[in-house]
Amino acid sequence: MAIWFARSRSLVSSLRQNLGLSAILIKRDYSPRPIISKSFLGPVTSHRHESTAVEKHPDLVQPSDEEDVLELDFPGGKVGYTSEMKFIPESTSHRVPCYRVFDKNGRIIPNSDFIPVSEKLAVKMYEQMATLQVMDHIFYEAQRQGRISFYLTSVGEEAINIASAAALSPDDVILPQYREPGVLLWRGFTLEEFANQCFGNKADYGKGRQMPIHYGSNRHNYLTVSSPIATQLPQAAGVGYSLKMEKKNACAVTFIGDGGTSEGDFHAGLNFAAVMEAPVVFICRNNGWAISTHISEQFRSDGIVVKGQAYGIRSIRVDGNDALAVYSAVRSAREMAVTEQRPVLIEAMTYRVGHHSTSDDSTKYRAADEIQYWKMSRNPVNRFKKWVEDNGWWSEEDESKLRSNTRKQLLQAIQVAEKWEKQPLTELFNDVYDVKPKNLEEQEVGLKALVEKRPEDYPPGFHV
Amino acid sequence: MSAILQGAGAATSLSPFNSIDSNKLVPPSRSSLSVRSKRYIVAESNVIKSFGSGLITRRSKPLIANAVATKRENAASSTSSKPGHELLLFEALQEGLEEEMDRDPHVCVMGEDVGHYGGSYKVTKGLADKFGDLRVLDTPICENAFTGMGIGAAMTGLRPVIEGMNMGFLLLAFNQISNNCGMLHYTSGGQFTIPVVIRGPGGVGRQLGAEHSQRLESYFQSIPGIQMVACSTPYNAKGLMKAAIRSENPVILFEHVLLYNLKESIPDEEYICNLEEAEMVRPGEHITILTYSRMRYHVMQAAKTLVNKGYDPEVIDIRSLKPFDLYTIGNSVKKTHRVLIVEECMRTGGIGASLTAAINENFHDYLDAPVMCLSSQDVPTPYAGTLEEWTVVQPAQIVTAVEHLCQ
Repeated sequence: MAIWFARSRSLVSSLRQNLGLSAILIKRDYSPRPIISKSFLGPVTSHRHESTAVEKHPDLVQPSDEEDVLELDFPGGKVGYTSEMKFIPESTSHRVPCYRVFDKNGRIIPNSDFIPVSEKLAVKMYEQMATLQVMDHIFYEAQRQGRISFYLTSVGEEAINIASAAALSPDDVILPQYREPGVLLWRGFTLEEFANQCFGNKADYGKGRQMPIHYGSNRHNYLTVSSPIATQLPQAAGVGYSLKMEKKNACAVTFIGDGGTSEGDFHAGLNFAAVMEAPVVFICRNNGWAISTHISEQFRSDGIVVKGQAYGIRSIRVDGNDALAVYSAVRSAREMAVTEQRPVLIEAMTYRVGHHSTSDDSTKYRAADEIQYWKMSRNPVNRFKKWVEDNGWWSEEDESKLRSNTRKQLLQAIQVAEKWEKQPLTELFNDVYDVKPKNLEEQEVGLKALVEKRPEDYPPGFHV
Repeated sequence: MSAILQGAGAATSLSPFNSIDSNKLVPPSRSSLSVRSKRYIVAESNVIKSFGSGLITRRSKPLIANAVATKRENAASSTSSKPGHELLLFEALQEGLEEEMDRDPHVCVMGEDVGHYGGSYKVTKGLADKFGDLRVLDTPICENAFTGMGIGAAMTGLRPVIEGMNMGFLLLAFNQISNNCGMLHYTSGGQFTIPVVIRGPGGVGRQLGAEHSQRLESYFQSIPGIQMVACSTPYNAKGLMKAAIRSENPVILFEHVLLYNLKESIPDEEYICNLEEAEMVRPGEHITILTYSRMRYHVMQAAKTLVNKGYDPEVIDIRSLKPFDLYTIGNSVKKTHRVLIVEECMRTGGIGASLTAAINENFHDYLDAPVMCLSSQDVPTPYAGTLEEWTVVQPAQIVTAVEHLCQ
């Protein structure tokens, strides 16, 4: 273990700041670590073959209040010891507080830390949040009408989607779970492009190969959504590693829900990002529900934020329904990730107002008035709207114009996408490999012959 | 390949055996034979009886006069044997990897103990010193994580070579390999490529226990979107490693624990092996024996015995496990009309099972006998040496099978 620590000089210096186990628990040190000077830029040659013998650092452990705190050294560095047998409690007496900027009425709490947002940015953020709401509503209805096969809404999580996207640079690579279309919307994905993916038509960038809502666009640095939960977390560590190698001014940003943190890949991804010192921002949308599993049945820790420290990752809990707080937290996290080359964990507390997806009816496992409460009184869009309106940057007229225009545009996009022709048969066999191998060529020829021989057995729009 | 007709004298030694005397073998009366091994392991006679009837003598093919092609027996390269430099298989892999890392700065290596330790099988020895410990990355122990990490890095421009310390451990990475590695190029509509190489030693070793003797090629073979190759000699190990790194598709390179210390002379100049091509190890006329990885050596050992008995097997190392090189295999089947597959996978659902199906489907008209497949039994690999030896196919079984097929 000494080898791991020795590799990063800043980590060694931070160990010097934090004395012993007990001190780390009580003293939550959020001070920015010193920027790693060129330590990640080349082979670290000096420390690799140091033995784990005691290092002569007389100032490493300062004597604390307890008389008998002396030091022991083990692989991993020096650790204080005590003769008092004390178990660390399973939870602290107070939960980790949640960072927020707005009060429930959309007014900024006096003396809050936050990064100021210009009128232009604020209006754009609000517009996008409202657009996301309209988009979710219309596509959901389209699914209910049988026009698309599946949809997944982000109702209640618009602030997380839009404010986090607004805080990032276009070079930052996004690895979504599936409830973050707002990030793609912010980056310029048009409503028509969303519709094309949902209908899997010929204009879809995914070429009709994935279910609806599995968006992906390399132009927008948004990696294609992959259904298995949490697989994107180790991949984010890999993206961070790649960006670190290329010394890019960019980070990887990945999203996960509260349920996804139970997956092994959550542990793996965070641990790896920490050890690699990769610039990754992990954003956990703790929305209380994983389909029908409430968080009380998902984990017994104080949410996800406390897990960050277990991996040596700086973390923060933020009110996910507070757009300004999310913006500030993500913006700061991104700066830390890139300049200090370290991962950061953000737990955004929120509520999943909608059903898990169109295949779910959440009234079966939760009270309808609970859903109503969050939908009306704790609505992040309304909260942000109040602030924007109070500043005089938004009016009711703007509101109705935006909503009706977006609705019209969406309905039009759906109509067009629905009628757009579907992918030809060749796309079934393309892109499995870079060049089609012989066995796939044969399969394609065989299938084509079958379809041409008996066209009446295949749907009318189907063509080779 | 040449077949020299002999006089009637030689024909007597090839009369069909109903039972074999375990200690006595009549040496053929040809002077040009050089018997390479004095030890003949012979299968039990009841095995032959169970193969059914059919004692028709088929002597339409010319007899073989020459001994086993000695050039092939040394596991020499299948191309010109220009004197190059001699090295062991793991060194060949390392050389290939180093050359590719020199050539392209995007190539990186990740895995457990690959860095300063040099890899558990020394394949990445010296690379961390040369390229730094970021490009040759030691990872924590989580196969799913570093495979996922490799996939993420590949989607953003790097070309990772992911090492599983033992192929069996990559079962933990199955989710990432199947659901993401094989799929994301397709489901993203071609927007993201995943040029990873996943490699590691697998197969049955020497008393490593069941968990460390897995043959992952069976489990991975139906994942669409990946390619699988198996190396067997230092020459093709280096060539396949380089080709795999240069490929835009995810490639799984299967190495074998027992083959790492094979020595061979490989060319000094740069070369790569085609990922989709099979290797002709020994041309022949009577029967096509398809094999790969360690079983190639058991087949070649059996081939020595078979040649002494007058058979002329054609041995092909299929090398490309997904997709199969049906062109080379087909040409061979069309020539010999008999196929024996010798593999290390289990009987059920292994590479041999798929290959049998493919050959039957495609070349049924050319076969004079049913395709026979010799595989390991469907048992977890036992630890005891004697038991372990009999879970894998032994040369004696191969000889018996060929004799049966060539009746």
